[in-house]
Amino acid sequence: MFAWTIYLSFSGVACLMALKPEDVRSARLVAMVTSVGGLLVALVGAGQFNPGAGLTTVAKVPWVSALGLEYHLAVDGISVTLVVLTGLAAVAGVLFSWNIEFQTKRFFAFYLALIGGVYGVFLSFDLFLLFVFYELAIVPKYFLIAGWGTTRREYGAMKLALYSFVGSAMILAGLLAAYVVAGATTFNLVELAKFPFPRGFQMWAFPLVFTGFAVLAGLWPFHSWAPTGHVAAPTAASMLLAGVIMKLGAYGCLRVAMTLFPLGLHDWASPVLGFASWRDVFGVLAVIGIVYGAMVALVQRDFKFVIGYSSVSHMGFVILGLMTLSVIGLSGAVLQMFSHGVIAGLLFAVVGRMVYDRTHTRVLDELELLGLNRALPFAAGTFVVAGLASMGMPGFSGFVAEFQVLIGAWKAFPTLAVLAGVGVLVGVAYTLRAMQKAFFSASDLAPTSAELAGAELAGAPAPALEPVGTMGAMGSGHVGPSHSVAAARAGEWPERAALGTGSSGPGHSGHGLGDISIPERLGATLLIALTLLIGVYPRLLLDWIEPALHSPLMEQVLKAGDR
Amino acid sequence: MEPAIASPSGPSWPWLTCLILSPILGAVIVAGMDRNRRTLAWGVGLLSMLVTLGLALAIWFQFDPARGEVQLVERHAWIPSVNVEYHLGVDGLSALMVMLAALIVPFALLAEWKRLGDPAAGAGDLARPGTPAFVALLLFLQAGMLGSFTALNFVHWFLFWELSLVPAYFLIKLWGGARRSAAANQFFVYTMVGSVTLLLSMLAVYLVTGSFDLIALAEKGRTGELASLFSLKLKWYGLSMRTLALVIFGGALLGFAVKVPLVPFHTWLPATYSEAPTGVSMVLTGVMSKMGVYGFLRILLPIFPEQMRWVLTPLLWLAVATVVLSACAAFAQRDLKRIVAYSSINHLGYCLLGIFAVARFVDSNPQWTTEKAAVLNGVLLQMFNHGLTASALFYFVGLIEQRTGRRGLEDFGGLRQVAPVFCGLMGIALFASLGLPGLNGFIGEFLIFKGVFPLVTWAAAFSTLGLLVTAVFILTIMQKVWSGPLETRWSQFLDLTLSERLVVIPALALMLVLGLWPQLVLGRINSTVLQMVEGLKL
Repeated sequence: MFAWTIYLSFSGVACLMALKPEDVRSARLVAMVTSVGGLLVALVGAGQFNPGAGLTTVAKVPWVSALGLEYHLAVDGISVTLVVLTGLAAVAGVLFSWNIEFQTKRFFAFYLALIGGVYGVFLSFDLFLLFVFYELAIVPKYFLIAGWGTTRREYGAMKLALYSFVGSAMILAGLLAAYVVAGATTFNLVELAKFPFPRGFQMWAFPLVFTGFAVLAGLWPFHSWAPTGHVAAPTAASMLLAGVIMKLGAYGCLRVAMTLFPLGLHDWASPVLGFASWRDVFGVLAVIGIVYGAMVALVQRDFKFVIGYSSVSHMGFVILGLMTLSVIGLSGAVLQMFSHGVIAGLLFAVVGRMVYDRTHTRVLDELELLGLNRALPFAAGTFVVAGLASMGMPGFSGFVAEFQVLIGAWKAFPTLAVLAGVGVLVGVAYTLRAMQKAFFSASDLAPTSAELAGAELAGAPAPALEPVGTMGAMGSGHVGPSHSVAAARAGEWPERAALGTGSSGPGHSGHGLGDISIPERLGATLLIALTLLIGVYPRLLLDWIEPALHSPLMEQVLKAGDR
Repeated sequence: MEPAIASPSGPSWPWLTCLILSPILGAVIVAGMDRNRRTLAWGVGLLSMLVTLGLALAIWFQFDPARGEVQLVERHAWIPSVNVEYHLGVDGLSALMVMLAALIVPFALLAEWKRLGDPAAGAGDLARPGTPAFVALLLFLQAGMLGSFTALNFVHWFLFWELSLVPAYFLIKLWGGARRSAAANQFFVYTMVGSVTLLLSMLAVYLVTGSFDLIALAEKGRTGELASLFSLKLKWYGLSMRTLALVIFGGALLGFAVKVPLVPFHTWLPATYSEAPTGVSMVLTGVMSKMGVYGFLRILLPIFPEQMRWVLTPLLWLAVATVVLSACAAFAQRDLKRIVAYSSINHLGYCLLGIFAVARFVDSNPQWTTEKAAVLNGVLLQMFNHGLTASALFYFVGLIEQRTGRRGLEDFGGLRQVAPVFCGLMGIALFASLGLPGLNGFIGEFLIFKGVFPLVTWAAAFSTLGLLVTAVFILTIMQKVWSGPLETRWSQFLDLTLSERLVVIPALALMLVLGLWPQLVLGRINSTVLQMVEGLKL
């Protein structure tokens, strides 16, 4: 069943190729139908999936028998979770790309190819196949950013591609080495995981492959492609980049690096610089990412950079969860992948689509003057919900995930757990700052009752005094100097809102400021409902994830955690 | 507290779930309204609060005061893999706090009626479109508070504890005074710091016990099993058992100390209370600050009694500092709202003093049981009384501000001449706050001091300074605002209108009733208190 997610996406690409370039409407329709179809397939497959049954093979046919390559698709609970996430992110992405007018057909063709590649990675259990899909997902990414991006898009796209390819090279080297050491007969993950690689080999292969994947997961200090890439990308591509592509990296870390080379997580013969193992090294890097990402997000001027760095911070929780090597930490990490996929998608949708496409600025200091909570109440509301979810409020999906990661971290690295807590606090701060600057500043400039009343009294110390309620009427009778100041300030404020409306500019897809379209509302509602649903009832996913962590495949990984 | 659950089958009707859903339902309905439907939003909000009040009363009377343990329990699996349960129940403490939340929030909404209902009050922020949002947020806040007063699983409790922050933040940020944004941010960030340390501590507790169940954890804390588990299961950097347990206790303490607040973690409070709109200040001081004290009683005292004993002297010093310094600070203020805010810190300081005092280790003399029961009864009563009194005071200060645009202590004088009823009724609230016998404030403080004196004499002796200074600053308010020559500009100061009287008289009547017949509350809470005292024995 699950295999059809891949086939559907690529047949969607084929359909789009056949369309006439000017047929924008059909292109959208094809993209919508394909992504909804993919989601439905994923959901039906997930419904049929039995988490207790362990690894379920979806398709297995020989591919290049001489080399032992197979077309082998299979799922366990972790894959199911991420496939469903991909389906959801794909649908939301199409909804938020509804206004793409420039070469729509090509845009959606790249988009669907990307989605197809991502599905492929999450389903492959043959490592060569996984690698092929992995590369397949990166190429369309480059074109999406370079073709439809905004700020410094060529730079962003090239940086992303280069980082990804360096990572890929590391992964490929590690995989080929493993293939050769194991006798050059198979790339099957399950088979290879059973092969007893020598400890010395695992000690260098593990960091190589892990780092290769972690580049794409935004691990500090290999993260710097992420903010620039996110900012340069068009909205739907940022949503996918943060929502799904970064998960490819984290998924690879868990599924490939850790599963294949669990001995690489064991302690070294002697500690180096206070680190006892690669596990400590990556744990520390993850926490640096959490805190550093949050602190850098705190000082950004560009709204989208705030979200870009917040992704680095949140992905740090995934890596930290992986390094706890306990069931609770790992399930928290997988849940965080899902949760961040949804929340980052939502944040990018607000910033890129709802705000930027209308105001044509992302500079927080300029947005500050627009009074967007009045002009775009829906966007403000969505951002508030997404921001709360992002800062880890209980009741949203992020809390359950981070909470599990923190329990795991407490056990494995208490100091890092405390530092991650600091990261959460800085997260609160940058979210509040962005929310304040982008949406709520102008309402602070409006006069308050106390100011108005004070001005009134100072301007006209009339002997007669009535409750403030009637003073508005009295005000016209005696206009003192300070009263007129207050009036001017009061009058200034609707003008600001009007300025905001004007700046959307004529001829821009017919959207005025304050007109959030139906697809946007649908997409936002979908994502908000998801984060709330998982926040309130996380068992929906945990019932898939946890059996997968108890499978024989993960046994060695968990054993490495009992030190 | 007894580890046993009252009735394993549970009640047939989920009263507590209904209690929490009622304001949420109201909030959802109101939030969906057109922004200009002010009166309708207000009416639906009030209706929903009255339903909640009815449910709270139903729970109050269903609660069997003879059995002090947790009753009306609802318990369902939630996240089984980490032992998180949907676990609700009330004992005497919870029932009292539920009543408080159900009473104060409608009082606060009624207090905002003037600004909500009068579109001509163009200056008032509430009169701007968006009143339904105000009402909806207030209802969400109520739901969060009710949820945290009834939850018995840490994660479940934490959910509501954190969620109540969000509506409070926006209520201050969008409808507050001139420096509302700064105040709201300060409030939010301070509380979040406490929440994060609290969460981290409780996660460590979970790690060693595998449980989030507050009742089961209390049992482990009582027997001292928890501390030994820490040293057994967590071998962090070779920390000794004592240090480790203290670090974890310190994290949890900070969470509640910020919320109550305990000096020196109080600095967010005056700014927040004075910038918040009147109704919101009433809820913040009346109910939300009780969430912190409730946390002390439900989580900190039962789970970490031993750790509290180890650092009892510093904790008592902090409580004494809270009582005395906040009273002095209130005396130094020149803004009525800030005076009431500091006096809030002072009154809750007595609660903390009592809580720390009962943690003291005593011999098996039955006299101590009596004293500790007196203190805890006093603490619970004080929580309820302060909720009532402080919100009434904020209401009166809000009225003064609404009428004049001023709230400076020096701006007024002689108001009694033009507004005798206003001053008379405000006097009842002020005297209740001062602790005059016959009014509600007296009984609570009396019981606390009665028990604290024998338990920790020096702390009680120092704290009486707080009582003294309180009397001074409250009398100063009366003198500066009511007496003296009447300034001509206030000669038209409006006395309490009929609707305002109707709003405030029930609250004042309750103050009198509780002052004369405290058994009304004590009868419901006494067996719970005795069980809490029992739980503190080794």
